[in-house]
Amino acid sequence: MTEWLISALLIVGGLFILIGSIGLVKMPDFFMRLHGPTKATTLGMALLLIAANVFFSVENGVINIKEILISIFLLITAPITGYMLIKSAIHHELKAKDGTKGMDNIEDD
Amino acid sequence: MLESVLLMVFAMIGVSLMLNLWRLIVGPSVPDRILALDTMYINTIALIILYGIGMQTQIYFEAALLIAMLGFVSTVAVCKYLLRGDIIE
Amino acid sequence: MRLQARYKWLPTPFRSILLFAVWLLLNNSVSAGHLILGAVLAIVIPLVIAPFRTAQPLILRPGLATKQLFIVLWDIITANVEVAFKILGPTKRLRPGFIKVPLDLEHELPITMLASTVSLTPGTVSAEVYPIPESLPKGEVPTQRFLLIHVLDLDDEQALIETIKRRYEAPLKEIFQC
Repeated sequence: MTEWLISALLIVGGLFILIGSIGLVKMPDFFMRLHGPTKATTLGMALLLIAANVFFSVENGVINIKEILISIFLLITAPITGYMLIKSAIHHELKAKDGTKGMDNIEDD
Repeated sequence: MLESVLLMVFAMIGVSLMLNLWRLIVGPSVPDRILALDTMYINTIALIILYGIGMQTQIYFEAALLIAMLGFVSTVAVCKYLLRGDIIE
Repeated sequence: MRLQARYKWLPTPFRSILLFAVWLLLNNSVSAGHLILGAVLAIVIPLVIAPFRTAQPLILRPGLATKQLFIVLWDIITANVEVAFKILGPTKRLRPGFIKVPLDLEHELPITMLASTVSLTPGTVSAEVYPIPESLPKGEVPTQRFLLIHVLDLDDEQALIETIKRRYEAPLKEIFQC
């Protein structure tokens, strides 16, 4: 039973990480590429780490939630890296995809 | 069953590492490359955790935590360098 | 809004709880020794670093903060599924755009939390807070701040701004009482 749970968590987590990387390759401009890694990869990692928690809890017979620490850390830091990256992209005046709405909302810095 | 699932997830993460590597090489801009590197280190944490599950040991947990912390700090430092041409002002 | 904690020996109550929890998680045990050591660390470390920090608003409504945390976690899950389908779907049909959200919040910590929440939830990444402090004359306080957001698939700009303000900003205002 727990094996099924662990397998499901692992596969869904792996799929999310894969989707994040597909987004990184597929999207046409930098600002759209940023959406894949900041969101999908973070959730994928959280699912993988929960799977690891369940596995080691069953394996050792004691409740084990220390892997959740990494996922909390990633959850806190992912928006910060995203923010720094998009800030430097705006600073370097990277081209957005044609037809991006609201380009005049960006002010000079 | 868990062994075959683990192999499958290993393959998925391997493919995503290859995709990230492609983005890292192709670019075209510097922030793109940093983003690819950032995603690569997160995927590496996933690989380490999976290897730990496969070997049934928790000894790699600290290594994964360290990679998470150093990767975050280095990404922010490189971005700061791009923004200001200086890391610590 | 309150900047000073009630007790002098506990300048940042939330950070102390976080340190305590992280210590217990790192050691993965709740034995008496680790409980005592964690409590000592959770009290001593904030006291040692207190001179280096600038005063930030304290969380005044812990119950609401917990509820908001679960709302955001649920939104992260649904947002990720949504974004995953958008990434796998045809790229041509996406309508990216930048929008500017006027902020009611004034302090740095609530704005940071709002920006992080926005980055983690439905198809949006926060990009910048305007006006940039360095571009202002020294000592001047901006009257109205804006948050620049990049949206992966922009449908209705006003509705999205409305959602962000109601779902994420209003609870933060309530939590920090500012």
